[in-house]
Amino acid sequence: MSEQNPVSRGDAWLAALASNAPRLPGYPPSIQIADIEWSGRAARLIAVVPDVASPLPRARHGEVGLLEGWALARAVHEVIDADRDAPVKRVIIAIVDTPSQAYGRREEAFGIHQALAGAASAYATARLQGHPVIALLVGKAMSGAFLAHGYQANRILALDDAGVQVHAMGKEAAARITLRSVEDLEAFAATVPPMAYDLGNYASLGLLWRTVAVQDAAAPTTEDRATILRHLQEALADIDADPHRDLRGRLDGENRSATRRARELLRAQWQD
Amino acid sequence: MNRATLLSRESFVELGARARAQALLDPGTFRELAGPFDGLTSPWLARQGVVPQGDDGVIVAKGRIDGQPAVVMAIEGAFQGGSLGEVGGAKISGALELAAEDNRNGIPTRAVILFETGGVRLQEANLGLASIAEIHAGIVDLRRYQPVIGVIAGQVGCFGGMSIAAALCSALVVTREARLGLNGPAVIEQEAGIAEYDSRDRPFIWGLTGGEQRFAIGLADRFVEDDTAQVRDVVAALATAPVDATPRSEQYEHYLQCITEYVARDASHQPDPAMVRRYLGERE
Repeated sequence: MSEQNPVSRGDAWLAALASNAPRLPGYPPSIQIADIEWSGRAARLIAVVPDVASPLPRARHGEVGLLEGWALARAVHEVIDADRDAPVKRVIIAIVDTPSQAYGRREEAFGIHQALAGAASAYATARLQGHPVIALLVGKAMSGAFLAHGYQANRILALDDAGVQVHAMGKEAAARITLRSVEDLEAFAATVPPMAYDLGNYASLGLLWRTVAVQDAAAPTTEDRATILRHLQEALADIDADPHRDLRGRLDGENRSATRRARELLRAQWQD
Repeated sequence: MNRATLLSRESFVELGARARAQALLDPGTFRELAGPFDGLTSPWLARQGVVPQGDDGVIVAKGRIDGQPAVVMAIEGAFQGGSLGEVGGAKISGALELAAEDNRNGIPTRAVILFETGGVRLQEANLGLASIAEIHAGIVDLRRYQPVIGVIAGQVGCFGGMSIAAALCSALVVTREARLGLNGPAVIEQEAGIAEYDSRDRPFIWGLTGGEQRFAIGLADRFVEDDTAQVRDVVAALATAPVDATPRSEQYEHYLQCITEYVARDASHQPDPAMVRRYLGERE
């Protein structure tokens, strides 16, 4: 429903949810931002999108690199600063469709880890300051890129679509690093839920607040837009009703019992 | 440094995780939590043919640092490359949250994290990644109240999602042996080719990501010898200092400007250590 051809799923969903809202100037082309009014609340939508002309060649396909990490930090801090004294904090929605962090010499040399920390820190700070932060997974949510853009959200929603994938590393690279064939890796993945690449297994870990079926995950229809806005609305109501601003809502997954056990032990033994 | 000093020096790098944690806490105050006899092992490793370890490669110890309440989290680089799985990750994030809770209840618990890690344990992929996000959240919460001090001593270094955790710390201590980077050299070489990143070229790797360079360009705060007494003293001073209102991860205006200048003038050139020092500013 976008006027122009979207460059990626992230861009398509940003266009769909932002309607006619202009994109914020002053950011790298890979960071697309729109401020909207949405059922009486102000919200900032942020997407990382491919910039084929990026001056940094390892960050041209939607990866989160040096510019993206620090620009995300700025985009979020702008909202925090603007609402410092506001009783109702505006909503921040991270639209997630990132194939990976950028892998390159320039990136390591100039401290891409620090750039990604800038972004993660900004989102975490926004959440602690009372901004409802929602991540909407519309494509890949991989590794360091997801840590920088989305994983600090109060609630994570994912489109129920095979193109939505959360993982620490792509299949081929993961197989090489763990000295296995891709076939072995896939066989293991089928029996080890945290290693699996599909959304169903990921959901069993308890990290998603909700998965949402849509008609077209790559090119959202008018109906899809309405569906997602309704679920975002419910996520927002859930956050508003929650006295906690931390990530405890992620700890209840059926395949996360060892996490709960470790935390219970620590708590039982904590006091001197 | 004369020979007598060298001989009397105790190496910190050569210590295992538990001994490192002991060395940083005041004598007699070390108390390990969720330790090797609590039966907490990874539920995922055995079915993949990897022998699990009783502490899952992470030591959590409470104690005191210069008399102040503290928790030390030490990652054991010798177990699975210091990789973070579900249990080890939950131990770190859980301890950080309890320390923050202490502070909200008037107990000024501070934290030290000893990083020796390649990042996510790929055999527990998504639970490693999720727990690292929770570690990030824990650091950002706790550092508002008390310092969270990171130490990268070597020899594994600090990579992956845990390099982001190191970058979130109130202050970071490194040695010459330390390396700090988002992506491990072998992964970059595989993804981008040997011309981009030669993982076997040690001088090249250390030149860009080693402790000395990270300290010189301001991405680490203290550069120490491999000397247990010195590491202890430096960590104690940082852990008992007032909290910094603007940790490095909040300095986005500064870093955006540095990166923008590099991009405008030199993006077509691959950087060397001297070029990075020019753009990020070299420490006196």
